[in-house]
Amino acid sequence: MPKFVLLATDLALYFQMLVLVLYVRHALRTPLLRQSWRYVQRDGAAMSAAVVLVVFLLIALLDSVHFRPRLPPAPDAAPAAEIAYSTRTLSVLDVLLTGPREAREKTYSVPLATHQFSKESIQREGVTVRDFPRLQYGGRHLEQPQEQWGGDVLRRSVNGLGSGLLVVVLGAALLLLRQSQRSGQAFMPSALDLWQGRSALPWRAIGVTLTVLLLLVAWVAALWPYYHIMGTDQTGNDVLFVCLKSVRTAVVIGSLATIATIPLALLFGILAGYFKGWVDDGIQYAYTVLSSIPSVLLISAFVLMIQVFIDKNPQWFETGLERADIRLFLLATILGLTGWAQLARLLRAETLKLGELEYVQAARAFGVSHAGIMRRHLLPNVTHIIVIVAVLDFSGLVLYEAVLSYVGVGVDPNTQSFGTMINSARNEMSRDPVIWWTLSTAFAFMVALVLSMTLFASAVREAFDPRARAYRVRPAGASTLPSQEAA
Amino acid sequence: MLNYIIRRVLYGLLILIGVNLLTFILFFAVNTPDDMARINIGGKRVSADAIAKWKTQRGYDKPLLFNEQAQGVEKLSKTLFVERSLPLFALQFGASDTGRDIGYELRQRALPSLALALPTFLLGVFVVVVVSLIMVFFRNTYVEFWSVAFAVFLLSVSGLFYIIAGQFLFSTVLKLVPASGFAGGLDMVVFLLLPVAIGIVSRMGGEALFYRTMFLEEIGKDYVRTARSKGLSESVVLFRHVLGNALLPILTSTVAVLPLLFMGALIMESFFGIPGLGSFTIDAINGQDFAVVRAMVFLGSALYILGLVLTDISYTLADPRVRLA
Repeated sequence: MPKFVLLATDLALYFQMLVLVLYVRHALRTPLLRQSWRYVQRDGAAMSAAVVLVVFLLIALLDSVHFRPRLPPAPDAAPAAEIAYSTRTLSVLDVLLTGPREAREKTYSVPLATHQFSKESIQREGVTVRDFPRLQYGGRHLEQPQEQWGGDVLRRSVNGLGSGLLVVVLGAALLLLRQSQRSGQAFMPSALDLWQGRSALPWRAIGVTLTVLLLLVAWVAALWPYYHIMGTDQTGNDVLFVCLKSVRTAVVIGSLATIATIPLALLFGILAGYFKGWVDDGIQYAYTVLSSIPSVLLISAFVLMIQVFIDKNPQWFETGLERADIRLFLLATILGLTGWAQLARLLRAETLKLGELEYVQAARAFGVSHAGIMRRHLLPNVTHIIVIVAVLDFSGLVLYEAVLSYVGVGVDPNTQSFGTMINSARNEMSRDPVIWWTLSTAFAFMVALVLSMTLFASAVREAFDPRARAYRVRPAGASTLPSQEAA
Repeated sequence: MLNYIIRRVLYGLLILIGVNLLTFILFFAVNTPDDMARINIGGKRVSADAIAKWKTQRGYDKPLLFNEQAQGVEKLSKTLFVERSLPLFALQFGASDTGRDIGYELRQRALPSLALALPTFLLGVFVVVVVSLIMVFFRNTYVEFWSVAFAVFLLSVSGLFYIIAGQFLFSTVLKLVPASGFAGGLDMVVFLLLPVAIGIVSRMGGEALFYRTMFLEEIGKDYVRTARSKGLSESVVLFRHVLGNALLPILTSTVAVLPLLFMGALIMESFFGIPGLGSFTIDAINGQDFAVVRAMVFLGSALYILGLVLTDISYTLADPRVRLA
């Protein structure tokens, strides 16, 4: 057995998964919530986005199970000797991607390259020449890279895409067959029903998204063992691998920071709105003070502070990874602690409104305690605001991480994140010939993550805030109209 | 009215005191003057004498909140908190940890910051209003659908990408403008073109969507229906009636941002090498110059509070229905 390592952010992510599961269970049992979420389900764009988000979440979760692998026993060790563990902490994702992780080149190389990006002095038949050396891993299997490269890449791409397509067609056929059996319809009409959106879920949009994702994965799987698909970075790491590792950082920042705002905002928002008077004054004063400090400066102040704290207490952290992780954890917490003002303001306003309603006054007249009213009558009726703000904030926070890393108060420099990637890309873009692949890969991943979260968030908002539906674009002739399909 | 303004200003001062206390605790309680001395002197083995000397030179040699050795009122006033905070309210920023005069730096750097932030802001509001009006004009068509989709895409791209890609495209490849730097006088226009353009583009996605909802809200009101039923054309209704009425809340909400323009654009300035307050702040953060960071926090919050007060006042001026009690 390897020795499992529980990092702070791992625990936080597991905890969030637990909260998510509990919320889903709760939502399934509450008719009103079920109805709201059904609105999200009917939105094609939101469900496609959800598919992408699930993939990102899976990557992040795989990357959140950490352990230190067991080392093989020394040859002359006694049988009862203590088991030795590696000093390197790995995650499940690291193990799954052992190939690309260990295929480390010396420095930059272009995507799918067989040769290094920069020249070096190499010994060739006894003579020292300056040339582009062959890569250690990328295109290693080719004997004559110049002639074979194009054909090889093309053949492997076609193979990969072909097998991906095969999987898609087979999977779709199987699912459609099952569907037609279940509905008791013939194969073609039931398939047509799904395609034209006569179903509970927008299967066409989901299907298209899944197809694209599967094809992409198949292509990557076919080429990755032989080439660095998106090239390598300055220290020779595979850029695609670094990007996949960055996903976890982004998800941790986005979700943990959002979760961290909720308790404070909820407590203060409801207290201020319910008790009014001096409680309200005090809480309003607190969040005006917080929000009047420019946020980058406030966060920098906190981060400089924890950096000093971490530097002063090195004995608390066994490995560099743990130190980097605690900084990530604290950064997310700080983002949450400094960002509760906005949510608290919304919750206060809603509580003020709710407090005047008859049912709250009736509860008060019946002698229900303050705590009881807040817990039973106010809390359940403000949760929709929390859901909306939570999904809306996520994408903003992912983008913010990049800015903070640029300012120098982001994640630990050793933590892979989109921010650190973009940061290094700044110098790479001014080189000649330009190194474009780090920035473009980070760009693609970030846009995929943030765009899907934005699309999902806007559907959630429409579902929970009916007023937002008025702003939905309804191009004439377009048939993707959830509210009509609801009928 | 005057009564109200005075009350708001006093409340603002109260908040500023809170800000000061918070930043003081953040900077001094955890990162004590001893630590700061050690960082600034550098080296691994710093003698206690050297630390004491550094602290005396910089005026950090007093207790934080309460001075037991002093007499009477001086128990409270001869402390770091009072000595470091009170002068800020008189806009005396003192010297930075590296010994430079912060007030002088601020005066030097305010102009470049403003030269970048003001055009970005004004042109930005203009462009965004035009774009969102066009969206509303073509509402419920594919023009709107695709422009909203495009705006959502723009919103999902990190601002850093716009800067890096814009700098690469226009300075490195096309060589239209210099990559970075700054010059006084009219020459600054060349240096400011690209940052201003990028600043507008990076804000456009989110703000165009926001203004679109504001216009759509306005368009559902009764006076619009009346104007339409009078037989006015859609473009007259939109550009004269709706724009006129929606512009009021837009303008009053932008008043809050105006004072903050002095702070400059953090990222933009440091990327394009503009010697403004934004790059000053980033340098201070990177160099762990706490005196400068504290001064900037104070300035930023003071300007923010000024913005809040100005917003309240502009509401009463712009909309006679708003009465201030």
